[in-house]
Amino acid sequence: MTTLSQVRSRISWPNQKYLPVLATLSLLALMYGVGAANYEAFGDAQVVLNVFIDNGFLLVVAVGMTFVILTGGIDLSVGSVVALTTMLSASLLQDRGWPAFVVLPLVLLVGSALGFGMGCIIHYFDIQPFIVTLAGMFLARGLCYTIGTSSIPIDDPFWVSMAQSRIRFGDYFVSPSVVIALVVVLIAAFVLAYTRLGRNTYAIGGNPRSALLMGLPVARTKIAVYTISGFCSALGGVLLSFYMLSGYGLHAVGMELDAIAAVVIGGTLLTGGSGYVLGTLLGVMVLGVIQTLITFDGRLSSWWTKIVIGALLFVFILLQRVITARKR
Amino acid sequence: MTGISKEFPGVKALSDVDFRLLPGEVHALMGENGAGKSTLIKVLTGVYDIDQGQTTLDGTDVRFSGPLQAQQAGISTVYQEVNLCPNLSVAENIFIGREPRRFGMIHWSQMEKRADALLERLQLDIDVSAPLSTYSLAVQQMVAIARAIDISAKVLILDEPTSSLDASEVEQLFRVMRQLKEEGVAILFVTHFLDQVFSISDRITVLRNGRLVGEYVTRELTLIDLVGKMIGKELEVLEQLEEQPKPALAALERGQPLIEAQDLGRKGAVSPFSLTIHKGEVVGLAGLLGSGRTEVARLIYGADKADNGQLLVDGKPVAMRGPRSAMGHDIAFCSENRRTEGLIEELTVRENIILAMQAVRGWTRPIPRRRQDELVDKYIKALDIRPANPEAVVRNLSGGNQQKVLLARWLITEPQLLILDEPTRGIDIGAKAEIQRLVAALSDGGMAVLFVSAELEEVLRLSHKIAVLRDRHLIAELANDDEVDADRIMETIASGARA
Repeated sequence: MTTLSQVRSRISWPNQKYLPVLATLSLLALMYGVGAANYEAFGDAQVVLNVFIDNGFLLVVAVGMTFVILTGGIDLSVGSVVALTTMLSASLLQDRGWPAFVVLPLVLLVGSALGFGMGCIIHYFDIQPFIVTLAGMFLARGLCYTIGTSSIPIDDPFWVSMAQSRIRFGDYFVSPSVVIALVVVLIAAFVLAYTRLGRNTYAIGGNPRSALLMGLPVARTKIAVYTISGFCSALGGVLLSFYMLSGYGLHAVGMELDAIAAVVIGGTLLTGGSGYVLGTLLGVMVLGVIQTLITFDGRLSSWWTKIVIGALLFVFILLQRVITARKR
Repeated sequence: MTGISKEFPGVKALSDVDFRLLPGEVHALMGENGAGKSTLIKVLTGVYDIDQGQTTLDGTDVRFSGPLQAQQAGISTVYQEVNLCPNLSVAENIFIGREPRRFGMIHWSQMEKRADALLERLQLDIDVSAPLSTYSLAVQQMVAIARAIDISAKVLILDEPTSSLDASEVEQLFRVMRQLKEEGVAILFVTHFLDQVFSISDRITVLRNGRLVGEYVTRELTLIDLVGKMIGKELEVLEQLEEQPKPALAALERGQPLIEAQDLGRKGAVSPFSLTIHKGEVVGLAGLLGSGRTEVARLIYGADKADNGQLLVDGKPVAMRGPRSAMGHDIAFCSENRRTEGLIEELTVRENIILAMQAVRGWTRPIPRRRQDELVDKYIKALDIRPANPEAVVRNLSGGNQQKVLLARWLITEPQLLILDEPTRGIDIGAKAEIQRLVAALSDGGMAVLFVSAELEEVLRLSHKIAVLRDRHLIAELANDDEVDADRIMETIASGARA
């Protein structure tokens, strides 16, 4: 009996574990293939790099969201925190004339502090993350407008250089933001796979009660993931302000939903406990490639992006359902 | 480890209980529900404080303020439901929180090597890198034990570890228990399965009503002795009540069966059984706790889905798709857990009583308020619910009156079969007597009742027919004539033979 189950587990289960990520990868390959077949210019590797350039900030935000969703939580505040970060940066740089090396750590700190606060409320008062981060979302979005109601352009030299410089290799190039985003992905992947914080994150998502009874630091871990999400949102906000060169209260409206979509399409279970940052990276790329495809087509309105994302979400949620159902 | 003595004044959950556990033995802790088994375990592991008495471990006094501390002193517990994370690998589940690390990174290969070695001790050869959820519950249980003995290996407490395992899995667990015993681990084993106690344990401690009945060497105890000691002879409750006159059983049997269960069963809950219930018949379900009483009731009601056999209502097979369809067939179910599965404590008596009837009618046809008041008044009077105020909030009622409200809720739907699961548990004698009288009256009026109770005397007093359960098997069906008494049922439970 044991040997049989052992053989079975060696053959089929490792696939099962990575199945959602593989599904996302094949979807991405398929979409890229379709694009390359239909549009000659699509085959250019720069198209892929542009996806990264246009979505670096989303990638960073989605990485933070991955941590939260892995614990079985959700963070709806990320989009607003992104907007608040752009607004705060712009206002401090332009109106106050603070130097970039002060503004940068400050805004990152503000984002982390917001996440930390929400994490504390979620854990110590035992309130659903949904409602706490919804409150955080309104709070952060509202704070944007106390700074200013209109868009503030940024002309700080550091910001401008980050926006305009290109890291070239051969014929191809990426922006510094892409490098930052990819570094964030690597660090997150490392933390999740090789540190106790990471493993505790998975454990809490798997069964919070067990995690507590097994003597794991549930409080610290839960607060940590929301802090990480807050930090990632702030960093995403900084990258967005590099990209837009402005701060505005209407930036990143609905980005929390894009981030959740990317994480889910990337194969992370919404109930927590299962998923990979690599999947999230692929999820963001899927969203980016859809956008690119629709831009290439030129006949469809940009709303088709939303429709396709919606359809994909349904498919992936169903896929998750099938996988978890088979496990039982 | 010798001489643990504890006393709980006040609630008297445990009064002056001595308990000793020797290294290298499997010690079974037995007793009916509420006997104080879990309290004893919780005191032992530091979940509860000790009011009086003391614990000694290896000859020195100890006092634990929590499970973690007990763990550090060498006492670990594995609970009935596996408290592990199904999404993590086997190796991680054993080591999480204490992972071997190198340069601050988790040292995966070493962790898996150590997990392999540990499970080898338990004679388990599995892929430790696979997620826990890919393995059977028995293996998961074993992994929990591996984690427990890796943390500390002096005393291992197994609280109902076998309740969801099948026979071969239980055997696997027992093999491990025997091996750990050889290695000098003291194992405390709590279970409701009598066979298992005799096949694995060296000594047995029996508790009843928070008191120590005695400590026995398993070899010197027979099954019937054990059952007697667990239930106790003091079944004096309600003896002042006069015996209800019973209609002749033969007259009842003649009619067509109202409910017929044919090989109805559900894996892990109760093995296939057949049972017929006639109109106007009270069928008692007897058996020790965990013998499958409630499971039988739930299967007939359709609260749990049967995976075997079929259920016939009025001779026609029906598919029970849950409480709604059972209610459609005029079957009502009074749950054992008044508070969690029955009453809605925040609502008033009136609202609670009306609930089931409204559910039967469907929400599109609300019951007019006047009709509600009429019905509720009638049943408050009939059942003597106190206070006789339909707008009283149920939370504030006594246990007996809450039970009556629950009964009223189902009676109002005028069911043909009323399933009562432990209707008299935790209520005072007066209310008990009233509910028993009511059951007799209902059966006289032609309603069939399936009566589940841990109290044998009660089952005996009310039932026309008694189905005896043991270890999740229906082992006998006894017509309740003059020959049947508590001893006979206990004997049946003990012998397991068909009577």
